[in-house]
Amino acid sequence: MSRSPYLQPSKNTLTQPKVALFVTCLADAMRPSVAFATVKLLQAAGCVVQVPASQTCCGQPAFNSGDRNNTRLIAQQTMAALEGYDYVVGPSGSCIGMLHQYPELFDETSKDFQTAQKLARQAYEITSFLVDVMDFKLAPNDTKAQVTYHDSCAGLRELDIHRQPRQLLAQMPNIELKEMQEADTCCGFGGTFCIKYPDISNRMVEHKADNANASQVQLLVGGDLGCLMNMAGKLKRQGSNLQTRHIVELLADALDLPALGEAHNTELRSASINLAYEG
Amino acid sequence: MDINSPDFIARSKSALNDANLQTALQNLKAGFPSKRRKAMERMPEFDAMRDQAVVIKDKVIENLDFYLETFENKVHASGGHVHWAQTSDEACQTIVDICRSVNAKTVTKGKSMVTEEINLNEFLEKHNITPIETDLGEYILQLRGDHPSHIIAPAIHLNLPQVSDIFAEKHNLPRKEDPAELMQEARDIMRDHFIAADVGITGANFFVAETGSTMIVTNEGNGDLTQTLPKVHIVVTSIEKCVPTLEDLSLFMRLLSRSATGQESAVYNTLSSGPRQTGDQDGPEQFHVVLVDNGRSDMVGDEQQDMLRCIRCSACMNHCPVYSQIGGHAYGWVYPGPMGSVLTPKMIGIDQAGHLPNASTFCGKCEAVCPVRIPLPKLMRTWRERQFEQNLGSAANRWGIRFWSAMVKRPKLYHAMTRFTMPLMKLWAGKKNRLHSLPIGRGWTLWRDLPAPEGKTFMQQWQAQTKQPKQHTDKEMQP
Repeated sequence: MSRSPYLQPSKNTLTQPKVALFVTCLADAMRPSVAFATVKLLQAAGCVVQVPASQTCCGQPAFNSGDRNNTRLIAQQTMAALEGYDYVVGPSGSCIGMLHQYPELFDETSKDFQTAQKLARQAYEITSFLVDVMDFKLAPNDTKAQVTYHDSCAGLRELDIHRQPRQLLAQMPNIELKEMQEADTCCGFGGTFCIKYPDISNRMVEHKADNANASQVQLLVGGDLGCLMNMAGKLKRQGSNLQTRHIVELLADALDLPALGEAHNTELRSASINLAYEG
Repeated sequence: MDINSPDFIARSKSALNDANLQTALQNLKAGFPSKRRKAMERMPEFDAMRDQAVVIKDKVIENLDFYLETFENKVHASGGHVHWAQTSDEACQTIVDICRSVNAKTVTKGKSMVTEEINLNEFLEKHNITPIETDLGEYILQLRGDHPSHIIAPAIHLNLPQVSDIFAEKHNLPRKEDPAELMQEARDIMRDHFIAADVGITGANFFVAETGSTMIVTNEGNGDLTQTLPKVHIVVTSIEKCVPTLEDLSLFMRLLSRSATGQESAVYNTLSSGPRQTGDQDGPEQFHVVLVDNGRSDMVGDEQQDMLRCIRCSACMNHCPVYSQIGGHAYGWVYPGPMGSVLTPKMIGIDQAGHLPNASTFCGKCEAVCPVRIPLPKLMRTWRERQFEQNLGSAANRWGIRFWSAMVKRPKLYHAMTRFTMPLMKLWAGKKNRLHSLPIGRGWTLWRDLPAPEGKTFMQQWQAQTKQPKQHTDKEMQP
């Protein structure tokens, strides 16, 4: 959970950089729209996006459960899948943060270590990639909402993601960001933590839901589906009207699907127009 | 102190339902972290100081034998004694022997977590020596037969009426509700103890190899009276609290009080450098330092060595979202919060303390605020790895992870499985688009719904798009 030593963002100089989308297992299974929105943003930023077919999960559940053997094997598989691209980008600070931890799984004299270091230097979470590497600017659009942003722990503390999503939200003229209290306090998800210690986890997500509700917005956004499903699941159980979405859904104007755990979609704008991007 | 860590789940549940405790924890959370943050804002060189502190502590730990022997020689030169204790029992026995050598009946004690760790009070009582805690918080706990729930604010779990009650009961005086009056009552009683005590026992926040000095940092002044009034002063401390020089000490003092309470400096920072010398107006006739190992030297050179940098400031627990929900007693032994979740398994065994390193979301706030940059989540993970290797903890979790890994390592099978199960989940969720219960993972749906999946997986949809006729796309794998 330390700041990744491989985090050295430099501006992209390639035309049409080749980007491997690291889909993440949660986006793949639970919320494909998040992955499609990520592709849309990357393409708008001028990237050529490819999706390596042999990717599955980053291996974090095994890593944090103490199964170092399987973590290493999953890491090797993921490294092989993601080799040969200019960048690797995914819609999760937690999963990309895990890729940044791969080097410590291997002996420093091994070839795997070298490969892992190379991957870590290429791997970015989507909002930081758009802002720090691609200098991407969103074109004006008419989505109108008051939103609050939850800083997911891994993105914030491993990958320094704090300013980038806010910078992107600030480029949307009709989006008002209202910061909640303790935006950077853990929501209580913690992977298997929320299953192993449900009562503690519940109190943590209750606290988060209270702060999110108190910010009096329509939409809660964040950069990690684990945290978002936890918060959305709590808010819906409580009967709150607050909606929860991954930030890329908002940024890419991919709002056709109902928010997480919602039966119906709520329109966040008066009239629909096509979104145009400036690269 | 009894080991209650195996009951972590039950203890944390009752903590979550303890209204008094929850109020106390809210106050703690509102207090220390914001005071710390303000102190840091006034000290832009904080990060540079942390880096320097890491270098110094690592140097001490890697040359521990040299620094400890230097310290020992200096203490001897000033007329004091150093005692080496490998275990808790050895430490307690050494202390009892010193007390007996001066026929001590009562000893006053300054606040010391190491004496909690070695269970000193119980040992003294067993040998008919009465220990009297002189730190106000510790004194309240002693009256109640209670134990600290926080390493620097030991009675943080109690409220004012609970203090009023126990004072009235144990002091046999009219019940008081005004904090100032309660404090005066404690002071009056404590004054007699200070004067009557045969031996004074304190801990040490640091000790200095260069000068053979020990140091205590307090806000009440009780430690000073404990160590200067009796004829014998015993310092009980652990081997990793060594710093090389007085100049190094000043760095750690700046880091400690700001990280702990947000104070620029604690109220009393007192160095003890041996017994009373000719010409000194006060001070003890005997000065003893008991250096406790209790498993620490095993950590030198192993993957948890970084833990030995800890200066016991409590910033990790003050900022921990888990500690701030359940408090210190839930952890079931002496050291709570993130630092305790690394240290406790070392001292009482991972079989006893198995829950502790698991009851963390690895949110990383502890590491972010640690003044000596201890990678606490990483160290907790090493315990999880040792548990996994030794087949400790929940077998269901272990097999669950093995099964899941087996799937993840077979991409084709994995994608086929998600393609198959996600539509079923969506179907089961129905119109509400969320699940209220699950056959597995009941921990999730106990307290929250599970948003339903969309149905088709991303990989499935992406592959369908890329398989469209060639004329629709000019790049492979491009929709």
